Order: sequence, then C-alpha cells, then structure tokens
Amino acid sequence: LIYRRSGERPVTAREEDEELPDSIDDREIFDLIRSINDPEHPLTLEELNVVEQVRVKVNDAESTVAVEFTPTIPHCSMATLIGLSIKVKLIRSLPERFKLDVHITPGTHASEHAVNKQLADKERVAAALENSHLLEVVNQCLSARS
Amino acid sequence: RDKSVWVWEVDEEEEYECVSVLNSHTQDVKHVVWHPNQELLASASYDDTVKLYQEEEDDWVCCATLEGHESTVWSVAFDRSGERLASCSDDKTVRIWRRYEPGNEEGVSCIGNDPTWKCVCTLSGYHSRTIYDVSWCHLTGALATACGDDAIRVFEESTSSNPHQPTFALAAHVPRAHSQDVNCVAWNPKEPGLLASCSDDGEIAFWKYQRPEIC
Repeated sequence: LIYRRSGERPVTAREEDEELPDSIDDREIFDLIRSINDPEHPLTLEELNVVEQVRVKVNDAESTVAVEFTPTIPHCSMATLIGLSIKVKLIRSLPERFKLDVHITPGTHASEHAVNKQLADKERVAAALENSHLLEVVNQCLSARS
Repeated sequence: RDKSVWVWEVDEEEEYECVSVLNSHTQDVKHVVWHPNQELLASASYDDTVKLYQEEEDDWVCCATLEGHESTVWSVAFDRSGERLASCSDDKTVRIWRRYEPGNEEGVSCIGNDPTWKCVCTLSGYHSRTIYDVSWCHLTGALATACGDDAIRVFEESTSSNPHQPTFALAAHVPRAHSQDVNCVAWNPKEPGLLASCSDDGEIAFWKYQRPEIC
C-alpha cells in the first residue's frame, strides 16, 4: 500500500509579499521530512505513511516542533534509524532556537518508550552521529532519490 | 557512555592511576560528584537512578541505589553538610534525598549497618523540559537548575521547613538566560550569589543572585 504524495504547496498572496515574515508552520516541516527515504524500501516516509502532516505540530512563536512518526509494523527494527533521520533533517534545516521532539505515534511500536528516550537524549543522538557507518546510513535516507 | 564509573588516585609520582572500575549502572552514566567531606561518590545515569559508592575493605562498592526518577538522571549535587543530595532529571523534576542512619528516630528502615537514602521532596511543575544540571550553594543553601527550556531557576528552602519533609519555593526564574539549552550551572564557592552557567549556544554567563525578601 503506497500513499499518494501531497501536491505542491499553494502560495498565498500574503506569502508572496516580501515585506511580511512567513512563520514556520506544520506544512513547512512536513515538506522537509516527507521525502526522507525509508532505509529498507525504495519509498519515502510519506509514501509509506510513516509521516503525515497531521502528525506535525509546530509553534514558531515558542520555537517548538513535535513530529510523530508511525513505523510500518510494531516490531520494525528500523524505527530508531527512521526517527534519527527525521531528527537530523530537522536539526540541519531549522534555526538553532527550535526545540525538536521526535517520537513514535503512541501505540504503534513495541519499544516506543525506549526509542523515544534515545531520540530525546541529545548526547545519545550526538554519539550516534559520530558513528561513521550510522551517519552514512542516515545521509543515504536523507539524500534525494535518484 | 560505557556505563562504568572509574575511581582514580594520585600515586607517589603524582600521576593519576585507576584504582577501581564500577559497573553498577545498566546504562550511560551522565555525571559523578564527590561528597563534600567524606569518601563517598555519587553518580547519575540514563537508567533513571542515582548510585552511591564507598570503599569497603580496600574495594570500591555500590552502597546505595536511589530510585524514583521516571527518566534519565542528568546530574546530582550534595548540600554543604552532605546529609542531603539533589538530583535532576529528564522527567523535569528535581528530587531531594536525605540520608538516614540505622536506628534513626524517624523510623526509616535500613538494611544492616548501611544508611538508607529517602526522597523527602520532589520539585515538579516548574521546568518545561529536561533539567541538565543542579547546583547546591554551600554558602547559602540555594539550589540552581539548568534547563533545556533555556532558563535558569533558583529555589530556596522555606525557613519553617521540616527537615524530613522540606519545602522549596521558586525564588528566581530567568526564562531566556541563554538562547539555547542551559547545560550547566555552578555556584561560586567563595562569593555568595555568584552563579556561572553555560549553554549549547556557546556562551558562558555570570549571574548575581540575591535572595528575595519574601521566601
């Protein structure tokens, strides 16, 4: 089952105005993460419904972003890697002021507490990215599909 | 990150040598701190516990495990007397623990001859994100915290506080102390009210704190 990709974002008149600041919203975050590749299948997280715009909550004024992702199966061994890829994409794309919360959609994974705890620990995330093999895998997930 | 705690000693050549490797924690160890005046060591871990260690018959052993936090404990601090310990956690609380000796009057049960540590106070509802560090001023008794919400907070113990059920009030709160997570806070050991902090934003800040009148 492959989910249909959302179309291009329609540009509003307000957004066209260069004088007015555009706040970062749910759609913008979703646009950043939807094309992340699944580590195992030749499909994006959007196509697998692992990420959905409705599970992205952004508050620009408070500098918070929360992303819920749904592993394809409850015992998916790639859950931590997928979560890490989402987190890394956001870290690399957003201003440093943002607090990023990436966690598993409640009730959709056998080890969600353990995975969420790892993703929330900035030392663990930093240490994971110092592992050159893991970093390479993450970068592959984040690279544009050829 | 290898889950171990190492104890080092200075030898005759003034070099540090490792005298013990302790593998009591089941996950990463985030912080270690010495008791202010005894040979007692405390450690904080991703396994949600605080552990205490002392030397028994020439060997370092884990003599107590403090359970209660619901997530990673990032740091611990002893008060000036060393009878109390403060711990801070990813569960957004600070816990105050007190040591009870065997045969204590409060009826806190101990195992054998070892003292027991009991959580006598939990500060919750003040921090909105992970608390990365706690520092207990040995001059004034004030408690400072470093939080992932970019804020620094100072708590003071109420003067009418019952030592076995202490109450702490929020005495100061700087919401944007830094522009990113505050990782560490430290009270100056000589000058009351002088506090240093550091952050993911790359800055170190110095603060002057004064206890408010109503506390």
